[in-house]
Amino acid sequence: MRRDGVIERVAFTKEMKKTHTILVPQMLPIHFDLIAKVFKQDGYNVEVLKTDHKGIAEEGLQSVHNDTCYPALLVIGQFIDALKSGKYDADKTALLITQTGGGCRASNYIYLLRKALVKNGFTNVPVLSLNFSGLEKNSGFKMSLRVFTKIVYSLLYADFLMCISNQVIPYEKTKGDAKALVEKWTEKLLNQMETPLFVRLSRNYKAILNDFSNIEADRSAKKVKVGIVGEIYLKYAPLGNNNLEEYLVSEGAEVVNSGLLDFVMYCVYNRLFDKKIYGTGGMGYLGFKLAAGFLVKKQRQMVKTIKGHGMFTAPADFEKVVTMSQGYVDHGVKMGEGWLLTAEMLELIHSGVQNIISAQPFGCLPNHIIARGMVRKIKDNFPEANIVAVDYDPGASRINQENRIKLMLATAKLNMGVSQLKYEEVPEIHEAEEKVFA
Amino acid sequence: MSYKLGIDVGSTTLKTVVLNDDDKIIEKSYQRHFSKVREMTLEHISGLSSLLRGHELKVAVTGSAGLGISKNARLEFVQEVFATAGAVKRLVPQTDVVIELGGEDAKIIFLKGTLEERMNGTCAGGTGAFIDQMATLLDITADELDALSFGYEKIYPIASRCGVFAKSDIQPLLNQGARKEDIAASIFQAVVDQTITGLAQGREIKGNVLFLGGPLSFLKGLQKRFTNVLGLTQKNAIFPAMAPYFVALGAAYYAEGMPGGASLTFDELVLRLSDTDEAGSRLESMPPLFESRDEYERFQSRHAKMSVLNRDIDTYQGKAYLGIDAGSTTTKVALIDDTGNLLYKHYVGNAGNPLPVLKEQIGRIRKLCGDKTVIASAAVTGYGEELVKAAFGVDFGVVETSAHFTAAKHFNPHVDFIIDIGGQDIKCFTIKDGAVDSVILNEACSSGCGSFIETFAKSLGYGIAEFAELALFAKAPVDLGSRCTVFMNSSVKQAQKDGATVGEISAGLAVSVIKNALYKVIRAKNADELGSNIVVQGGTFLNDAVLRSFERELGRDVIRLSISELMGAYGAALYAMEHEPEASGLITAEKIAAFTHTATPAVCKRCTNKCSLTVNAFSGSEKPFISGNKCELGAGNAKAAGLPNLMRYKYEYISNYPLHDGGRATIGIPLALNMYENLPFWAEFFKSLDCTVVLSAQSSRELYMKGQGTIPSDTVCYPAKLVHGHIEDLIQKGVTTIFYPCMSYNFDEGISDNCFNCPVVAYYPELIKANMGNIEKIRFVSPHLSLNDQKAFINKATGIFKDVIPGLSASEVKAAAKKGYDAYRRFRKDMILQGETALKTAREKGLKVIVIASRPYHVDPEINHGIDNLLTSLGFVIITEDCVSHLYDKPMLNVLNQWTYHARMYNAARFVAQHDNMEMVQLVSFGCGIDAVTTDEVRDILRENGKLYTLLKIDEIKNLGAAKIRMRSLLAAMIERQGVRI
Repeated sequence: MRRDGVIERVAFTKEMKKTHTILVPQMLPIHFDLIAKVFKQDGYNVEVLKTDHKGIAEEGLQSVHNDTCYPALLVIGQFIDALKSGKYDADKTALLITQTGGGCRASNYIYLLRKALVKNGFTNVPVLSLNFSGLEKNSGFKMSLRVFTKIVYSLLYADFLMCISNQVIPYEKTKGDAKALVEKWTEKLLNQMETPLFVRLSRNYKAILNDFSNIEADRSAKKVKVGIVGEIYLKYAPLGNNNLEEYLVSEGAEVVNSGLLDFVMYCVYNRLFDKKIYGTGGMGYLGFKLAAGFLVKKQRQMVKTIKGHGMFTAPADFEKVVTMSQGYVDHGVKMGEGWLLTAEMLELIHSGVQNIISAQPFGCLPNHIIARGMVRKIKDNFPEANIVAVDYDPGASRINQENRIKLMLATAKLNMGVSQLKYEEVPEIHEAEEKVFA
Repeated sequence: MSYKLGIDVGSTTLKTVVLNDDDKIIEKSYQRHFSKVREMTLEHISGLSSLLRGHELKVAVTGSAGLGISKNARLEFVQEVFATAGAVKRLVPQTDVVIELGGEDAKIIFLKGTLEERMNGTCAGGTGAFIDQMATLLDITADELDALSFGYEKIYPIASRCGVFAKSDIQPLLNQGARKEDIAASIFQAVVDQTITGLAQGREIKGNVLFLGGPLSFLKGLQKRFTNVLGLTQKNAIFPAMAPYFVALGAAYYAEGMPGGASLTFDELVLRLSDTDEAGSRLESMPPLFESRDEYERFQSRHAKMSVLNRDIDTYQGKAYLGIDAGSTTTKVALIDDTGNLLYKHYVGNAGNPLPVLKEQIGRIRKLCGDKTVIASAAVTGYGEELVKAAFGVDFGVVETSAHFTAAKHFNPHVDFIIDIGGQDIKCFTIKDGAVDSVILNEACSSGCGSFIETFAKSLGYGIAEFAELALFAKAPVDLGSRCTVFMNSSVKQAQKDGATVGEISAGLAVSVIKNALYKVIRAKNADELGSNIVVQGGTFLNDAVLRSFERELGRDVIRLSISELMGAYGAALYAMEHEPEASGLITAEKIAAFTHTATPAVCKRCTNKCSLTVNAFSGSEKPFISGNKCELGAGNAKAAGLPNLMRYKYEYISNYPLHDGGRATIGIPLALNMYENLPFWAEFFKSLDCTVVLSAQSSRELYMKGQGTIPSDTVCYPAKLVHGHIEDLIQKGVTTIFYPCMSYNFDEGISDNCFNCPVVAYYPELIKANMGNIEKIRFVSPHLSLNDQKAFINKATGIFKDVIPGLSASEVKAAAKKGYDAYRRFRKDMILQGETALKTAREKGLKVIVIASRPYHVDPEINHGIDNLLTSLGFVIITEDCVSHLYDKPMLNVLNQWTYHARMYNAARFVAQHDNMEMVQLVSFGCGIDAVTTDEVRDILRENGKLYTLLKIDEIKNLGAAKIRMRSLLAAMIERQGVRI
């Protein structure tokens, strides 16, 4: 049956590569900046949206079903807001959005975006899907092996820069030093991408480590380490989590955030687990197996270099992370962040980071199971774990979120012995309160 | 040494404690701060001059609204749960658990074992503000509510998750005349339930429990409910007299531990608090509602034009028509002459019971009419429709939507959109071709309704009129967002922190109400979508700030009648006139004087739903009126019996499925989530392997309560929450092996791109495993498997079950699987066949058909609350989506079609689209994220084909009041549309 109401997909043609600006929603500032510029080198005019104001959520609320998850609402709101801002010619603009696939409703973002575009009258704006599972294809948007390689390397470098800069920012003497260095390296790496030099990971890693260790820092005061886990967008995107990382640093904490590589590997590993559980996989299986091997090797190299340098903490080895969720959730749990989220919480605790924020969209379905659903068991097994689940939502006020985080931080400081609070045990029972009156 | 000052700034109250050099309390205070946080603190501290001057002071601030103050005044801040824990450990160290309820916050602290501190997140259900709201609803003070609660006889189920839902549970109870004593106790019970599910989240509350905070210190009835429900003895339920000050005390103790340099003198402290430099983040503000008086006057005069002519009742002679609107919080009466002029009107709060008000009103009208004017006909509409009709012999009951449309049409025949914002509900309908085209009601959520603004006004110490007026010229209205009341409470909290004026908050609320209505309830994109002749109604629109916000949000002028709040009653009066009977049965002047009413609670025994009933007896009437029933059976009407109801059929097929009694192993299966659909498969599979299958009991409130304590996420859907009860039930039955598989994939029915289950259905067994301690005592078999690929399943199954079933062989499994697949196919075929038969019956008898689009577990009466019975009682034939979903191939959609159960709904919508005399009702469980995707698409398919779209959100809420109005409106719309077509 044909339906009049079915939206025709607007194709992104080869010509559009020259004429169109491709907008990308911000998620991981370091990563997306680097990757956008890699696309630029390849002739795509990609721009990462850095807008951050209340109108974005409003646009989202008006454009998609209000019970849609917050990340979708924000990403779509940010696009519509940009198109309406007058800054871009709607006839010469395309939108790029990632598409993961899988049983979570996140796989519907791209459809909801198209509906929102029609609703707002932007019927000529093509939407591009960035995916590695062959979901949607466009003739004008093809990745050569060269670009693909560059993107994989960008991801490695960005993870590396994020990991190291997070360990410097809370301690730097001159605020902004680490950020400036990230920018400097972003440029430097981009220059290398013009040449084959960028593949020299170890050499670059070492240079980055040296640069960051030279930043003047004061490490005399012990700081609380806080790990962030959560739904992938809210875990990273400052627009989504109300600048969570910045807030934590301002509250005197050091942020520990695992890299995007872990999520990529999680997606790859799920294909391997599918074969184990359902006996499916076929031809693709081998490819995924190769990819997994490659990524694990690359991550090991990163870990090894950081350890060799000696000053910074290296990210966890993914093959170790994979084993962490055992006894909690099965590897069959693969919707949303699946078993990875549980594993990440456990990995953080094992590596001494007991304070964890789980950032999740209000009403997120997989989170019921893998985040909230696992906290009790984790706490039973690790009484020192200090986990707070924070819901994000267009209506949730920041003060409420910060209050919850503050509680977690206060407990963290107490556990670390930084807090001034000391308890005197008073043996008297109920009448005790009468004794406190003068 | 120094004095220690603890300042606790909560959401509604300010508490302070001063400790002297010996750590003794020399001063304490507790007062409402009416959002003037900084001023009140300054005032109070300044007043302590003689006590504090000359002493070194150590000061710490705590509380949810304390952060702003501490920043501005550069005072130390301590998180409130943390402060509480400090005070408790010092004063009552034997405490195991602390439960603290504040104005809008609720907290629980587990001190023994693993220290855990939890607060309510984005939900403010079960807090002091909730109790206040409920008291307001009953038109009594919180203290009176407390006193009433001791006289209870029965507890009604009231949704506990959120105040908003509870309200919609309580309101109908009130309107049906339930006893206030019972409601009072039920409200406290709801608070207790909320604390257990929302806060404890699976951790048992036991040992010595310390209760803190205002409500738990002042409300004895609440204390009693907590003690009873938690099974505490007098010794281990601790209610300290200091309860309201504990947090402030904790802050003072915290201040004590701060380094010496942090001391202040009294004057320094006052100076810091006086510092009005309001730094930090503010909520964004919006332009004022009116720039000038002038602008306001133009606005007023434009609306003044729309008024109804009054006619003097004292001089009028002839026929008159009475219309009554027994709304949720107010009762409206209109008496008109034979041309529609208004003879008499009345608008009054009904304090939850419309009968006393109406007794007085009808008496007065009868007197005013005397013998010269005859009331020729009377009609009633609104929540209390049936009760009022029965009590006073009113001739007609009119569906609310019809009443409002009749009224609006009278003033503007071209009206194409009506929005009515009442106390508890928002009703919107679009009019097409002279008939109601679609009805939109706020479901399970009353944010954005009138009583909400009123409650807020009261809590800030203002009357509603004054509160509304303050909004008109407020300079910078705060942007409070457009979601649920609960979230708005937090936003108001933040606005208070930022120092917004009451007027700015009032204006912000007015805008929020409108945004809620537009974007949450109606979900309109722009004004054109609504229509060009918009009539607004309901008492809430008498608030000019609300009306102004609406016009501005739409960018166009709308029509508000001078009798905006009376439109329902006026419409009913017009209806009465149009349908004038030979003789009106309205209660006579003599009888009304002697009218009495008594209400007695009861439980319906007609079916398994076991509805809570209220039996109303009236003087002069022998037949009692029964309310609270979901279907007509309870009310003694049996006309519904016999109509095909496939929802019920499917439930009975599954729940009565013949189970085998075998010797090889005993396997417990919870009848929950994916098991509703797959039970025939597993029953035959295990039968073939000679295993006994034990099914969990039928879902019920009691069953739910059994597992309530182990639910870790309070926002998950009700069908998922019920799983805990089913598992608990199996364990109590003594089953030692429970089989409950994780299923990412469902059957591929060829109508979707993938065949996923939703994440909750797919992985709930994992959550059960990690949260139900009792599971460890038995064998819980929850493998990840897929039934879709028959070969793959057979290959895996032997490995999965070999530990459970002794001596299992691969060939046996193969045969068993075949039996299972056959049974599943038989079941599917039977549903299709039954569907065809039902449709044939409908066709032959000319009956209307409703296709209910939902998930397999929605056939459970505890989950659908008997909506199917309600529909058959209205004369509908019911089939389910899976009866017709196979008739089409893969649909063309604007969404990714990847969930098996959801794909069925799209195809069922296509089926409905192509058949006359048929409509669809989609059931959605509250919290179902996937349905945020499906509902819009199902709606679009239906609308594109000129069909109505009806969505019902269902939750724990038992009451079908709102659903009933929806279904009756749907029926009315179907009939009207047929009339137009002919």
